[in-house]
Amino acid sequence: MKLTDKELEVVEILSKNARLPLETIAKMVSLSIEETEQIVRKLEEEKVIVQYAAIVDWRKIDGHEGVTAMIDVKVTPKRGVGFDEVAERIYRFPEVKSVYLMSGAYDLSVVIEGRSMSEIAKFVSEKLSTLDSVISTTTHFILKKYKHDGTVFEQGDQDKRIVMSP
Amino acid sequence: MTRATKTYLSETVVNLKPSGIRRFFDLAASMEGVISLGVGEPDFVTSWSVREACILSLEQGYTSYTANAGLLELREEIAAYLSRRFHVEYAPETEIIVTVGASQAIDLALRAIINPGDEVIVVEPSFVSYAPLVSLAGGVPVSVQTDGKQEFKLQPEQIEKAITSRTKAMILCSPNNPTGTVLNRRELEAIGAIVQKHDLIVISDEIYAELVYDEPYTSFPAIPHMQERTILVNGFSKGFAMTGWRLGFVAAPKEFAQAILKIHQYAMMCAPTMAQYGAIEALKNGDNDVEEMKKSYRRRRNYFVQSLNEMGLSCHLPGGAFYAFPSIKATGLTSEQFAEQLLLEEKVAVVPGSVFGKSGEGYIRCSYASSLEQLQEAVKRMKRFLARL
Repeated sequence: MKLTDKELEVVEILSKNARLPLETIAKMVSLSIEETEQIVRKLEEEKVIVQYAAIVDWRKIDGHEGVTAMIDVKVTPKRGVGFDEVAERIYRFPEVKSVYLMSGAYDLSVVIEGRSMSEIAKFVSEKLSTLDSVISTTTHFILKKYKHDGTVFEQGDQDKRIVMSP
Repeated sequence: MTRATKTYLSETVVNLKPSGIRRFFDLAASMEGVISLGVGEPDFVTSWSVREACILSLEQGYTSYTANAGLLELREEIAAYLSRRFHVEYAPETEIIVTVGASQAIDLALRAIINPGDEVIVVEPSFVSYAPLVSLAGGVPVSVQTDGKQEFKLQPEQIEKAITSRTKAMILCSPNNPTGTVLNRRELEAIGAIVQKHDLIVISDEIYAELVYDEPYTSFPAIPHMQERTILVNGFSKGFAMTGWRLGFVAAPKEFAQAILKIHQYAMMCAPTMAQYGAIEALKNGDNDVEEMKKSYRRRRNYFVQSLNEMGLSCHLPGGAFYAFPSIKATGLTSEQFAEQLLLEEKVAVVPGSVFGKSGEGYIRCSYASSLEQLQEAVKRMKRFLARL
């Protein structure tokens, strides 16, 4: 769908900070609060904005540090449905956080989160590898997250400017 | 010493007025928890690709002098940039000089054209350096006061009134610091007609040219017949968020540029080499970064200026730069009183408009180059301050 310039601006603003007060967003795009609210509602209804979620640094929460793995999956596509059917079988598992169809050496890139390495190992060996169309899997565990969805986790964001200048 | 030290000093320097910002700087710097809207520079750090290019140049050992006028590759990029963004053509070999910030560029331009006693028109409210630099070059600054009621747009008849037989040049700054006012093509043409009629030179400080939000920007030398009488000053500080790199440039007809180069080679030798390598990257691949920063400033401008008007500080929508220049006349306070009380009582630092010239009295300069969170907090504090007055 084609968005107007103002709609696009609202999307951009919300994608960076979904918690800004409507009043502030309205001023930023020079619209009334009502007009802005209408735009947000339309974006939500049309599923342009799919979800509002927080980016959490789970490492900071004791007992919830968790483990994330990226799994390269090679599969045999099926006539008629291609990769979609097997992708769906995989993404329905709640521990699977994302699934992408990739160009290159493998077909699906699966990101999975679990409480421990053994939990993920269990998922791979019992659920993923046993799927009919899955030919092979390669599991990469994430050791440290530096930047996620455009956000740097440990950011030194203090203002280095002098307090007043001409 | 038999003489008092002061008697050794240059009279011109002794007679220079100290910058009015200094006192507020000291005050604000001594306090904690201050939200500063007094900063005249971007809140963005220079883009990583530019910093990385500079680091690479250091790793490769490019640490010697460059040509006096700057690296030819950089001058070629500047020429291409001026052509692409502002539709003005300059020869990189003879008409472009890379300088230590736009500030040095202005100083060089003035020193290249002023004979003792020559008058230079300074359009106020203005950046604080123009008039002192004119004096230091041996000239006489003649101020023209623009009017807040006209959104601080320079009126051609005001220039005519200020012109005498000694008038040689005029310093123009659009978008303007501190008012954010941008002169459009039609307004520049009207000014150009007077410049031509009285045979003046224009030093056009276009350091904020990248940060224009509503109408397309017109560079002064793009006005017909003006390039031959314009010394164009620009740089990387504002648009590319490179203030600390101290890198600017002059673009001017050959005879001006070569006179400027003569001073530059004796006074400075050349601009810092590593900064020049960073600037090449900025011009080659920086357009997207500039566009993103500009978008962000525009949204913050819209938010902040509307908030000012809602709290009763009337403010025109500034077309460029990152300053709002609201009137505080309704409060009955002077600019200095307002700024000082706001700082002491609510810890929000702004710059009194009076430091930018007589016509800045009754206004304050607020930079909206601060995070949205900071701006929101500043708005809250300013509202509280005004409610108490």
